[in-house]
Amino acid sequence: MMELRTENLVVGYDKNPLIKNVNLSVKSGQILTLIGPNGAGKSTILKTITKQLKILGGAVYIGKNSMSGMRDSEISQSLSMVMTERMQTELLSGRDVVASGRYPYTGKFGILSDEDWAKVDEAIALVHAQDVQNQDFRKMSDGQRQRLMLARAICQDTDILLLDEPTSYLDMGFKLDILANIRMLARDRNLAIIMSLHELDLAQKVSDTIACVKGDHIDRIGTPEEIFDGTYVQELYGVSDTSFDPVTGEVFLNPSRGTPKVFVIGGGGSGIAVYNRLQRQSIPFVAGILQENDREYQTARALATEVISQKAFYPMEEAQIAQAKKWMDQCESCICTLKTEEFGPLNEANRKLLEYATEIGKLSMS
Amino acid sequence: MKKRYTIAFTIFICALIALFLWNVGVGSVNMSLGDFFALFGKDGSDSTLYQIVWKIRLPRIAAAILLGGALSVSGFLLQSFFQNPIAGPYVLGISSGAKLVVALTMIIFLQRGLTLNSAGMVIAAFVGSLIAMGFVLLISFRVSKMSLLVVCGIMIGYICSAITDFCVTFADDSNIVNLHNWSLGSFSGMTWENVQMIVVIVAAGVIITFLLAKPIGAYQLGETYARNMGVNVKALRIGLILLSSMLSACVTAFAGPISFVGIAVPHLVKLITKTAKPIVLIPGCFLCGAVITLFCDGIARTVFAPTEISISSVTAVFLVPVVIAAMLRKQGNR
Repeated sequence: MMELRTENLVVGYDKNPLIKNVNLSVKSGQILTLIGPNGAGKSTILKTITKQLKILGGAVYIGKNSMSGMRDSEISQSLSMVMTERMQTELLSGRDVVASGRYPYTGKFGILSDEDWAKVDEAIALVHAQDVQNQDFRKMSDGQRQRLMLARAICQDTDILLLDEPTSYLDMGFKLDILANIRMLARDRNLAIIMSLHELDLAQKVSDTIACVKGDHIDRIGTPEEIFDGTYVQELYGVSDTSFDPVTGEVFLNPSRGTPKVFVIGGGGSGIAVYNRLQRQSIPFVAGILQENDREYQTARALATEVISQKAFYPMEEAQIAQAKKWMDQCESCICTLKTEEFGPLNEANRKLLEYATEIGKLSMS
Repeated sequence: MKKRYTIAFTIFICALIALFLWNVGVGSVNMSLGDFFALFGKDGSDSTLYQIVWKIRLPRIAAAILLGGALSVSGFLLQSFFQNPIAGPYVLGISSGAKLVVALTMIIFLQRGLTLNSAGMVIAAFVGSLIAMGFVLLISFRVSKMSLLVVCGIMIGYICSAITDFCVTFADDSNIVNLHNWSLGSFSGMTWENVQMIVVIVAAGVIITFLLAKPIGAYQLGETYARNMGVNVKALRIGLILLSSMLSACVTAFAGPISFVGIAVPHLVKLITKTAKPIVLIPGCFLCGAVITLFCDGIARTVFAPTEISISSVTAVFLVPVVIAAMLRKQGNR
């Protein structure tokens, strides 16, 4: 059992304390993720833990030992890292880069033993990078490089792994791949992992604990369920309540301003494409009638000027139909994303709205 | 890969032996291979030829080998330190700094009727190297662009050369003629006493560098990662500076400033061995530097014989294309 712990740590650049009282802890088998807006100090904290920045106060403990009392070579055997700085290499293959992770274990001249090479190969296999390992590291894609950097950290054989934005610049496939690997390292290899992430939806899915860094302090530490609740995350990042869905981690743009011009009758997700198109064309619109558990409700709430809605699992009422008709009168046109046969028996209200739109001649086909 | 290294080192050693024989053989008095081996015979030891070979040619060859190697290793250290492919003791102005302090010290000594011995020369050159290095470092903290650093280094070199020329022109001594020759860079007039001193300094410098191959390799990957690998980055940087200054100071003290060997040889070795690993590059640079310098010195003293041209003129002709090619290649990789 290993633990990385910071105790009243003060971090910052050039003796200017930026964040005080950083009390974080991550144990073997767990993933601690730092989230927070750009410039909030996530990297500053990670750089202080890796000794790139001086500790301005407090302490970092690896197990029971304070890091400032440990020698560099000791630290290198207990903490490995993948930073955002690109590794500069010259004439090195991917395998050579991974092999550099064995540095703390090699002798005077840094020559790897067969046992070391076995660990290198094992790490490469773990991240599925066998097919690119002999290419020049400089000529690889960011995704391949990041995989190999992870392999390098793995074969450094440490109890603690630290990653600074491991998924930046990666495409979706590599992002998922890297995070799956990170999860696997925590679960199967029992590593204590601390990392920073910008992708909230991913942070929510892989972390055991999330710490929110906000300007000069750690604002909140908790499980993903505790952090992704209500409007907390929106406040942390200073965005409007509707532009983030804490349940799915999805983000939305802001609505178009002005008086609504289009009324959209949607439901069941069929309207999302139209909402996005109208937002793109800067056309303000009204959406309805949606139940609050409809899968397009969050998108409509974020992008529409007004959403006529009913609580989940409640039948739609006359009052809402009347309200919708009133909006429809004000709009120039109406779009319906449901086909006539798609109105189920519980969606009578919207079928009536479609009839009304046809009646007043505002139904448009697109 | 291992096979490639073996081939490269075999080529270097064969070339070194061939150039050694050529350099012993040619000059104002030419001799054949047979003559050379005859010198080791019983009656060869008092001939004029023996005197020429033993007193003039052999020390010169030994110095060219050792100093050429030292210069290349120094260039490799500077390139590693600045993580810049166009760094070298000459372009960063370090050789010129050494030259300036040696010239000043010599003039002061000559005016008092003293002669500067080789140890004094080395110390003066080392001080000069460190002063120039200090300036380069000061600039490197302020500029992030490496090309700008090289430009500043060249400027420092020009200033030092200008002051040296100034002093040499106005110093009133007949010995100044020697000083003038030396300030252009030349291996002529090398004695066994000099070579002894060179062996000690160069051997110490190169062996220590070789022992640092592991941390230098880590440092090449970037400071951040080197530190995480347990390298004491601060101490290593100081070590790199002292070693490179010491090696290039030794060269400047005995042979004057020699251009482009330090900057070009590491690229040549990388090109041949297809690796940048210090454990291969350090001995590779030493051998290749020795080969190149011996070759250039041979050209310098034979091509317009009996007039000798300065060694830097020869190295520039052969090595500048290498430097330009290396720069273009680096550009292409971006």
